[in-house]
Order: sequence, then C-alpha cells, then structure tokens
Amino acid sequence: MFEHVISVVTQALPKLCTGMALTIQMTLFGVIIAFIIGLIACLARISRFKIFSAVSGAYIYIIRGTPMLVQAFFLYFGVAQLLPFKLSKNLVGIITISLNAGAYMAEIFRGSIQSISKGQMEAARSLGLPYGTAMRKVILPQALRRSIPSLTNQVIISLKDVSILSAIGVAEIFQAGKIITARNMESTIIWTTVGAIYLIVVFLLTKLANYVERRTSYGQSTNKKSS
Amino acid sequence: MVKVQIKNLRKCFGDLEVLKDIDFTVDDGEVVCVIGPSGSGKSTLLRCINALEVPTGGTIIVDDHEITDKHQDINKLRENIGMVFQQFNLFPHMTVKKNVMMAPVDRKKMTKEEADKKAVALLETVGLASKSDEYPDNLSGGQQQRVAIARALAMNPDVMLFDEPTSALDPEMVGDVLAVMKRLAEQGMTMIVVTHEMGFAREVADRVVFMDGGVIVEQGRPEDIFGNPQNERTIAFLNSVL
Repeated sequence: MFEHVISVVTQALPKLCTGMALTIQMTLFGVIIAFIIGLIACLARISRFKIFSAVSGAYIYIIRGTPMLVQAFFLYFGVAQLLPFKLSKNLVGIITISLNAGAYMAEIFRGSIQSISKGQMEAARSLGLPYGTAMRKVILPQALRRSIPSLTNQVIISLKDVSILSAIGVAEIFQAGKIITARNMESTIIWTTVGAIYLIVVFLLTKLANYVERRTSYGQSTNKKSS
Repeated sequence: MVKVQIKNLRKCFGDLEVLKDIDFTVDDGEVVCVIGPSGSGKSTLLRCINALEVPTGGTIIVDDHEITDKHQDINKLRENIGMVFQQFNLFPHMTVKKNVMMAPVDRKKMTKEEADKKAVALLETVGLASKSDEYPDNLSGGQQQRVAIARALAMNPDVMLFDEPTSALDPEMVGDVLAVMKRLAEQGMTMIVVTHEMGFAREVADRVVFMDGGVIVEQGRPEDIFGNPQNERTIAFLNSVL
C-alpha cells in the first residue's frame, strides 16, 4: 500500500512540479503587472478629475462583478481569437490574472491611502510640495507598507486562481493533476499531492511577506517613549 | 510693512458659514495670537492663509502675492509660509533629519549638503541635534512638535502659522515648545498663532485677536485684551479660561 502511494507520487511529481512552476511564473508576472495596474487605477479612482475616477470605477466594478472564469473565457475566446495575430494561452492567462488582481489591488491601495491621516498630505502640501510629489514621497511609502498584508492575501488568491485558467487549457498544476488522474484514476493520492504542493508554496510566500513587512518597518525597533 | 492682508474673507462648509467677512492684517515681524472658543473659525482662518482651505469669498495677500488668485502657483507661495499643526504630522517613515531636509531638497531650494547643514543647525536650535537619526515615533510629543517647527523653518519661510501647537501635548512638554516659539518671535519672525495658551499670548504676542462665531470680535495689545476687555463675549470667554 505504502509503496504504491510512493510510486504514484514519484511518477506524478515531475509533471506536477512543472505545472506548479508555470503557476508560479504566471502568478509572478500577473501580480507584478497587477501591482502597476492597481496603483494607476487607484490614483485614477481618487483623482479629482471625474473622468479618470469614472473609468477606473467602471473597471473595478466590472472585474469585481464577474467571475474570473468568465473573464478568462471572454479574453481568450471573445477577444484573443478575433485578433489578427496569435496570443498564446499563457499570455492571455497572465493578462487575465493581471486585470483581475489589478482591480482588487486598486481597492487595497485606496483603502491604505485613505487610512493615512489627512494631516500627512496637509503637512507635505504646506511645505510647498505639489500633490504628485507629496503622494510619491509621503503618502505612498506609508500606504504601500500598510498594504502588505492585504497584498499578500491577493497574491495567494491569484496563485490559486491560476487553476481557473485550466479551463482555457493552460498547463498549470491543476490541469496537470487532471491529466494524470484521467490516466491513472488515483484521485485521492494526486489531489492530496497537489494540495500539499500549494500549501508549501503558500507557506513560503507568507514567510517572504512577513520578511518584507519587517524589513520595511520604521522606528518601532527602539523603545517608544510616551508623548 | 504689511505681510498678510485679508479682505472680506468668507468660508462656508455647506450651509455652515465658518468665517463671516473677515478683515485682518499682519505686519512684518508682528506676532499675532488668535484666541477664541472652539468652532469660532480661528483654525479655518489660519488654514485659509496657506490655502489648505479654499475661501468661499474674499482675498488673501501674503507678501504681495494673492493666495486666492487661481493663476498663482500655490506651491511656490506655500514655500514662504511655514505651518505647524496640532498633531505635528511628521513623516513617520523618515528620520528626523530627513523630515527637515526633504522639502528644501525636493523643491530645489538647497543642495543636499546645504539642506543637511541647515537641518543640523535647526535641530540644534530646537534642542534636538542628538535625535537626528531617530524616527518620529521614538520621540515624545514635545520633541516631535519641535522637529515640526524645524521642518517648517527649513524652507526659510517669512511667515509662520501655528495651529494650536501645544494642544495635543502633555502639560510638561508645553514649555519647551513655547520656548522655541518665543525665541523665533524674538528673532523677528512674522507669526500667527492660534492658541489656548493665554500665558504665551500675554507674554509674546504683539497683538491678540479674539474670534467668536466666525468674526473677529475684538483685537488689541495683550495687556488691553487681557486687562481691560471691552466686548462682553471677550469678557465671558476670558472668565471661563483664565
């Protein structure tokens, strides 16, 4: 019995690891682009120019209001297939993850920016700094740090959401698991292994996030005096 | 010479009229303390002077530049108007020295070396040279407020606005902050101070302005306002705080 499990796992492991490697790659590219999209969408959302705010609001509404499965199908079958040039499944997958996570990150950033006391912006402006500079040098460094726990959460969600892209045929770890179980019928063993691989990756990711959060903290190391 | 000139200033928040037709001037080198009950509009008046609040009507002229003119570069004008807040508002992600240096370097008023030298000198004058490399969170409230004063002074402003600078401090911290402000006043800085520190107003101010209900009710030399107030609202207010 035990030898059987070992042999099924060792046979499946290379394919599953290749799948997880693709999952990680797509998550990585996806969330990096999502970070940029999210930042731009957030700044547009809080901009005093109504048009930017409205466009960004519509984007966030559409993404949050539809399942990622629908978004992936729309982009792959509804958009990519109509283009004169060919977009690979993986590329469409990364675009889907980016657009999806970007909307959620925009809201994460907006929440953190609004959690920074209004006095910070006022102090910066009172020194003569223009809005953009005040945002870049005073508000965003503080807000981004506060975003780390929620961003970590979003990265974990995106990592798991890559499995949805199996529906358009992306050969990530879930797709790899499906192919293996279709052949060997060892559902219990394979899905346990797939789950375990996810858990290990998420564990490492959480550790990394904690490390980043500690490294970016300021001033809390020494004794705090009362005011 | 007139430094700050305010004419017919009005400010409404929705239906609430916070400032009603204020006329107010401050001369070069003058120290004016604005006193009055909460909600009297004194902080709003101060915040209009550097356009943190946009007036509903009227004009504000600082150093011959009209703050209320939309075509003015407000950032340029703000460089000459320092402001100190009740809640200090130091930038918590920067060291004390970086807090002081940041604006002059960013606005290209000084090179990094000049700003560094200036920051060291300013921190020296507020008695916090040894805290240069600390983060604000590790300082007491009084120390933070003195850094905030140094930060505002780093831009070489010629008017300083203080918005209840000691109201958020523990009583034993108040003295150090007031001492720094008093020294600044003696050096000839033009200062407008919204405060509840009547002792400070009496001792340091050239003129005391009493506001209530969005209007300037009474103003004059501190000995007159505190010693022989004319308006009954002033008398009632002073009776309740002194």
